[in-house]
Amino acid sequence: MLKIKNLESGYGRSKALKKITMHVGRGEIVTIIGANGAGKTTLLNTISGLISAWSGEVIFDNQNSIGIAPEKMIFMGCALVPEGRQVFAAMTVKENLILGACVKYIKDKKYNSQKDIERIYEILPILKDRQNQLAGTLSGGEQQMLAIARAMMSNPKFIMMDEPSMGLAPLIVRDIFNIIKRLREEGTTILLVEQNAKMALGIADRGYVIETGRIIIQGLSDELLTNKDVQRAYLGRDLDSEIKI
Amino acid sequence: MNTQLFFQYFVAGVTYGAIYAIVAIGFNIIYNTTGIINFAQGEFVMLGAMTAVTLNNFIPLPVAIILAVIITIIIGALIEILFIRWLVSPSVLRMIIITIGLSIVIREVALHIWGDGIYALPYFTGTALKTLSVGGVFISPQILWVLGICSITVIILNLYFKYTLMGRKMRACASNRSAARLCGINAKNMVTLSFMLSAGIGAIAGCIVSPITYVQYDSGTPLAIKGFTVAIFGGLGNSMAAVVAGLILGILESFSIWLMPTAFKDVISISILLFILFVKPSGIFGNKEALNLKEF
Repeated sequence: MLKIKNLESGYGRSKALKKITMHVGRGEIVTIIGANGAGKTTLLNTISGLISAWSGEVIFDNQNSIGIAPEKMIFMGCALVPEGRQVFAAMTVKENLILGACVKYIKDKKYNSQKDIERIYEILPILKDRQNQLAGTLSGGEQQMLAIARAMMSNPKFIMMDEPSMGLAPLIVRDIFNIIKRLREEGTTILLVEQNAKMALGIADRGYVIETGRIIIQGLSDELLTNKDVQRAYLGRDLDSEIKI
Repeated sequence: MNTQLFFQYFVAGVTYGAIYAIVAIGFNIIYNTTGIINFAQGEFVMLGAMTAVTLNNFIPLPVAIILAVIITIIIGALIEILFIRWLVSPSVLRMIIITIGLSIVIREVALHIWGDGIYALPYFTGTALKTLSVGGVFISPQILWVLGICSITVIILNLYFKYTLMGRKMRACASNRSAARLCGINAKNMVTLSFMLSAGIGAIAGCIVSPITYVQYDSGTPLAIKGFTVAIFGGLGNSMAAVVAGLILGILESFSIWLMPTAFKDVISISILLFILFVKPSGIFGNKEALNLKEF
């Protein structure tokens, strides 16, 4: 689905990604974990085209996607749920969903979004209750669900999510991870960026650990969960010191 | 002051207020999609009126006005495509200087084409001397045209932004540009569209008001200043507030004639502009939350 080779990019003169090489296979959930400022968001923004890459290759669905604008990437089936939710605050929940289906309106002049909206309401009934409310007045968790739902409206084959659990209560985080599971069952490929490494590795097939713009560890989720460095840095356990005691 | 005179001033104030509001909405549309003040907005008003006057020499008035609006829309689109579109993340200051430069260029070109003569479209119905008497108040039929067309324009704009996909896309771009792009909305096209819309609205304002106020190559600037005042007064980016603010300014100006010499009429709007900028830069209807929830 997605192949990245020696990708470099950044802001101004500061390089935020250094020779990133990774891949995501069809139907997989892959997670990228790392601390604040490690380059996770930059990586997703570069893949989606919001930030232009400096060098390297990004191949999405067997097509070179370097230099393709984000509004074109979504037509190829590559969606990004941006960090910090970023719903259209001054518009209603329903309008947010309709805008999520822009791609379909452009592809098919006769398209009607009602059916897709009903499908979303079935998965996320809370949005139905709130459909005529302004998105900016929703709670953080509801906004996050709306942001994911908006991305789902275009039925993308590949969804990237940037820290969907950030700042949310554990119960809501569980709901959001349930949506991610459901998306996988429907055949969507997912690239999940998370700080909540335990949850992310619990759901993902594979993971990459990114630190100061470099991938330092990669492997199957189970391997990463038992990896000493990962545990110390991201899971809050220090096996060495535990053994000493 | 007797009631008749009061209503006479009131009607005059509402008429000018409606025009100010329409010009202010033109400012707001572009501000919402780009974050800049288009200082060439007044020139769109002048261009619409001048083009209609010229076309009216050859074709009937309604056709001339429609054609003039379309031509101004095309000019608006060209301006955006030639001068704004290709800029890669320009600073606000740079964009503002570009629009000020454009307004000067347009004015000079208009001076070359039309000279410094004063023109006017004929009254849409009746003549300058004909008036309707409503409850003892004398109203020129053109005033009804101004009020009618202004209200229709505001209503259509509102419906457009609320219920059409294109309008929603423009609001999405205003609300969150990068999220809009991620939804597959071409933000650059939306900016072009916003220039076309406000050029068209400006041209409409120019056409309907020119029988009353006359038009000259440089008559866009004073209107732009009034429109800008109203936009700031109501809160930048908020078109419904602009309507209210426009009416308030129009009525204040109109009644000022009763208290002060006519020459001081413009003092009112400039004083309001300064006062608002000093005391409440977010506008009378603006608050911090409203700044976050940008709306058309």
